[in-house]
Amino acid sequence: MFTLRALAKQFPNGTRALEDITADIQAGEFVALLGPSGCGKSTLLRLLAGLEAPSAGQITWDAGHKPGPGDVGFVFQDATLLPWATAAENVYLPLRLRGQSRAETAPLIETTLARVGLAEFAGARPKALSGGMKMRVSIARALVSNPMLLLMDEPFAALDEFTRHRLQEDLHHLWRETGKTIVFVTHSIYEASFLASRILVMSPRPGRIAADIRASVPEGPNRRECPEYIALVHRITETFRRVMPL
Amino acid sequence: MNQLRERLAPFVFGMLALGLWQGSVWALAVPSYVVPGPIAIFNAYLSDYAILNPALLSTLTVTFTALLAATLLGVFLAVAMAASTLFRAAIQPWAVILQVTPVVAIAPLIIIWVNQPFVALVVCATIVAFFPILSNTAAGLAATPPELLDLFHLNGATRWQTLFLLRLPAALPNFLTGLRISGTLALVGAVVAEFVAGSGGFASGLAYRIIEASYRLEIPRMFAALVLLGVSGIIIYAALGLLERFLLRKRNAA
Repeated sequence: MFTLRALAKQFPNGTRALEDITADIQAGEFVALLGPSGCGKSTLLRLLAGLEAPSAGQITWDAGHKPGPGDVGFVFQDATLLPWATAAENVYLPLRLRGQSRAETAPLIETTLARVGLAEFAGARPKALSGGMKMRVSIARALVSNPMLLLMDEPFAALDEFTRHRLQEDLHHLWRETGKTIVFVTHSIYEASFLASRILVMSPRPGRIAADIRASVPEGPNRRECPEYIALVHRITETFRRVMPL
Repeated sequence: MNQLRERLAPFVFGMLALGLWQGSVWALAVPSYVVPGPIAIFNAYLSDYAILNPALLSTLTVTFTALLAATLLGVFLAVAMAASTLFRAAIQPWAVILQVTPVVAIAPLIIIWVNQPFVALVVCATIVAFFPILSNTAAGLAATPPELLDLFHLNGATRWQTLFLLRLPAALPNFLTGLRISGTLALVGAVVAEFVAGSGGFASGLAYRIIEASYRLEIPRMFAALVLLGVSGIIIYAALGLLERFLLRKRNAA
């Protein structure tokens, strides 16, 4: 889908956030950017979204994949919903910004909310929703414009573990169903191992790709216990031990 | 039960204080041209309301016109400052200077320069009232969550869409806080301007009546005018509080 070639980012204050990032991402992959705080993984996500420009190197999009407005769905660490708008109005927002009317998009909003399990909460305002539900609305908002690329910046980090597990399962299921390309930033080895089809392990200051691991954890209800999952967690832990010695 | 008691507490306290005041005035036989009791003040209002009510209306007209002008000016400047850092750099220090200069000091100049008395009073009261709206709205606009700005950007939002669908609604709570402060300040500004203008020979507001009454040693009438001002201030503050609750009811609905 796109290729990163020798990508680097240096901030005006001199901090080198990223250096020599080279990777080739295929359409339909679920890529986890995994690394400790300060390894530049969020910055890499912002470069992909076009919210910031790289200081060196380039992002090359495959033919027909160059994203325009609304082609990139972004989910932030906080749900960041409009507090004055209902769940349905929040999901409508990206469509509204591109001039689509509420009436013509009503069925789409309804199915998108249903897809994240919130069909009955269309009229609820953020204050009435739990943290997990707000995050579901946020994911629905990112999905509603049917983006070809979904970027997620530690979206589950602020949730409790039970809610997080549910959302991880639902997100993984959603990816399998839709085949969307997802780039997911996380600092949890377990989260990356459970969710992703490919894990880019990043080392900090400046951020570099320390390992590029293809995950092959079989689908099924026992994903979190199966030997392949445990072996993957182990392998990533070993990688970190190697690139970040104590 | 406790809630009811807390609601009644200020009234009970007020009645007690009034009773104590009236009692002391009677017991010590203080002449009413020094300290009138509450009953004398009430009687002064009953006999002078034909003078006091139009004066109150005049002061309130200045107050609300100034509050409206302050709202338009404050919001416009705040939006312009949020849109352009150069404009912000150029305007901000002057807004602060205007705010820290006591209006009593500027009022005589304004009254000389603006020869239409009503306009002069409104200008003075606006100068006093606009700053809380400006600074609170500016703070609200600046505190728009950066993630939401990114989201609008990613979806190709125009500047106007970002302003009307995101920045202004996001700044609404701060604006309303500013408006509430400005509401009472507009009244203060109107009264101060009337004081200055009153000595210049025109005006018909409550402040002018207070000065007039003090010259004539009609102290009960002076107090009656003061009470009207105080009650007006409380009503303005409470009404703007209700407006705030009404406008924010959606986002506070759990």
